[in-house]
Amino acid sequence: MGIEIKMPALSPTMEEGTLAKWLIKEGDEVKSGDIMAEIETDKATMEFEAVDEGIVGKILVAEGTDNVKVGTVIMTLAGEGDDATASIERQPEPAAQAGKDDTLVEKAAEPVPHKVETGARQIFEAAKHDAEVTDPDVPAGTEMVKITLREALRDAMAEEMRADERVFVMGEEVAQYQGAYKVTQGLLDEFGDKRVIDTPITEYGFAGVGTGAAMGGLRPIVEFMTFNFAMQAIDHIVNSAAKTNYMSGGQMRCPIVFRGPNGAASRVGAQHSQNYAPWYASVPGLIVIAPYDAADAKGLLKAAIRSQDPVVFLENELLYGRTFEVPKLDDWVLPIGKARVMREGSDVTIVSYSIGVGLALEAAAKLAEEGIDVEVVDLRTLRPLDKATVLKSLAKTNRMVVAEEGWPTCSIASEIVAICMEEGFDDLDAPVIRVANEDVPMPYAANLEKQALISSDKIVAAVKKVTYRS
Amino acid sequence: MAKAPRTVEPPKPNRERPAEPSAYAATQDELVRFYKDMLLIRRFEEKAGQLYGLGLIGGFCHLYIGQEAVAVGLQSALSDKDSVITGYRDHGHMLLCGIPPQDVMAELTGRQAGISKGKGGSMHMFSVEHKFYGGHGIVGAQVSLGTGLAFSHKYAEDGGVCLAYFGDGASNQGQVYESFNMAELWKLPIIYVIENNQYAMGTSVNRSSAEDQLYRRGESFRIPGIQVDGMDVLACRGAAEEALAWVRAGKGPIILEMKTYRYRGHSMSDPAKYRSRDEVQAVRDKSDPIEHVKKMLQEAGMTDDELKSFDQEIRKTVNEAADFAEQTPEPDETELYTDVLVESY
Repeated sequence: MGIEIKMPALSPTMEEGTLAKWLIKEGDEVKSGDIMAEIETDKATMEFEAVDEGIVGKILVAEGTDNVKVGTVIMTLAGEGDDATASIERQPEPAAQAGKDDTLVEKAAEPVPHKVETGARQIFEAAKHDAEVTDPDVPAGTEMVKITLREALRDAMAEEMRADERVFVMGEEVAQYQGAYKVTQGLLDEFGDKRVIDTPITEYGFAGVGTGAAMGGLRPIVEFMTFNFAMQAIDHIVNSAAKTNYMSGGQMRCPIVFRGPNGAASRVGAQHSQNYAPWYASVPGLIVIAPYDAADAKGLLKAAIRSQDPVVFLENELLYGRTFEVPKLDDWVLPIGKARVMREGSDVTIVSYSIGVGLALEAAAKLAEEGIDVEVVDLRTLRPLDKATVLKSLAKTNRMVVAEEGWPTCSIASEIVAICMEEGFDDLDAPVIRVANEDVPMPYAANLEKQALISSDKIVAAVKKVTYRS
Repeated sequence: MAKAPRTVEPPKPNRERPAEPSAYAATQDELVRFYKDMLLIRRFEEKAGQLYGLGLIGGFCHLYIGQEAVAVGLQSALSDKDSVITGYRDHGHMLLCGIPPQDVMAELTGRQAGISKGKGGSMHMFSVEHKFYGGHGIVGAQVSLGTGLAFSHKYAEDGGVCLAYFGDGASNQGQVYESFNMAELWKLPIIYVIENNQYAMGTSVNRSSAEDQLYRRGESFRIPGIQVDGMDVLACRGAAEEALAWVRAGKGPIILEMKTYRYRGHSMSDPAKYRSRDEVQAVRDKSDPIEHVKKMLQEAGMTDDELKSFDQEIRKTVNEAADFAEQTPEPDETELYTDVLVESY
């Protein structure tokens, strides 16, 4: 019996890809290291190498096939001593049957579970929730297009760069490599290396250079490969960028955007899984934005680039490849500092931001089945915080849960609780509960990571608690 | 077996180097201007020290006394396209950028009329109008920020050069070298000025720096460096001419190490126990930058009366600035909440 070769996952969050090209044919002999196929994802084209030696048996997925799920058997390989032809003859069986029975086609294509249950995958899956969300900012009748969050961010930068010569992008791997997470894909080709600049690995230095360039009248977008690395640069973000306007009595501005992925990714451990939103949101002089979907990401990044104030723009790596609807408008810009009611409800409010919004929407769907009508508020901007929308929702539902993919202590959730105590006390029918990650550094082990991260089940439990249904 | 010959000096790199600068040949008028500028800084700083002693200036206050020749020599060579940035010992550099003394002094006393409306203080002053970009309180931050200003000069193709000052203490900060690397990679128009006044607070250069010849600190980035007598204004101006020619020719950054000395403590609250009174006195007696120019002017035939009239004129300016700074009102309480952000959201 030959070896089944499956569609590989080329990144922790890849779910499917295009089998762009086969570089081998049935009956070829391959050795370990030979390139067998090219596989395309929305991020990149990757070469797929043979690990074992053998004779190519059957190619089961034709080249050019899109949306091949990770784990799908794409070919077979006869090992040493195996009869390659026999293997070919044995293999087509399910396919032959599949022709007669549609459900079997589905089954044959179904990926074999290959991954451990990780917390990040769980929040990634949950946050995919395809809920109907309300978007009052989109004019009625606007055509919507489906694009990934990554593309939305790129489009926002490209549009603003076309409109304003002063705007440029700098960071590690943003130009020739097309972005470590492919967010800046294509920008170098369009704008050239004067405006799309690869830096050395030198966060403190280039954050300072960007800040200085903003003081000198330019409009820099500084990309951090992840915000974990911005710890090296936090001095310039806080001490140089945020405070300058105030310290200069309003005469020296610093219009800069610091952007990049923030929060937990998948199985990357403690030093690469942290949500910095509460850190930056505590600093007067900064604008802090953490969008959930692609429409908000695009509209708010454009607003951030135009703002005369320094902006920390926190993206979520797990969501980069996710497709959302974005309004097809020439200039889609959203107001900074305004929360968005993602779903209207009357029994309880879940306040969240970034990937937590996806979890909140999933929790809301589960709770709806049990007759609990949930309102979901996406803060979108964390500084300045849209207190009015939070308090208005509290006045309507009288119960609130704050969901945050991040540590609970001194969090955005803590801030929302404080606001409710100080300004919404009379509207409260139950204590506001924080649902966050566990108060520990992020573990690597899949089961522990899962335990450490927020989940929609934890949100559901908290909602039941504040509605006294548990 | 023959021993390999020992190399005492590292081999000379086979790349272009700036020429050894020569002392600037100043006209009489220029020399008078240098003298007056240095004297203005000296008297201004002495007055600031007095006001600090009277409790009219608070917090940290770092005086430039003794180092005047550096900023005067260098900044006299700049054009109005060029930008200046420095650390917290910034009063002198600001005066030379053309910022009125009373605006600076009123900031030191924390008044509404101060250059930062009283919200910055001694270490945090800026004037975009005069192309003075601070005034930064975090040691070494101005080096990266200055590199960014140089980036903006190059990006905008405005022909400007950034003059970025930092001290011997800051020269051990990591971001300085991150900036050197990018500045040379991108050939940015910047002059890195290391004002080596020999002490980073209380720690002498030799106790803190493995390579204490700071002009060499750019070698591994291929940035040439020149060591300059920072107590001689003509040597400073000469070095500025050479450095500006290098940078304006598109050859990238250059380092000037200015050997200088501060007479006062690191800040007003520093008792300066790490050096002897004799050491300070010896520098004052032998190398004072103002006395040096005064002697030159006397040799050129300037009378004591003329010199005295300069001093009186400057004292008057400084006294007026101090009177203004003492009398002008503190910021309105509503100013607490302004200028946090530029826009309203």
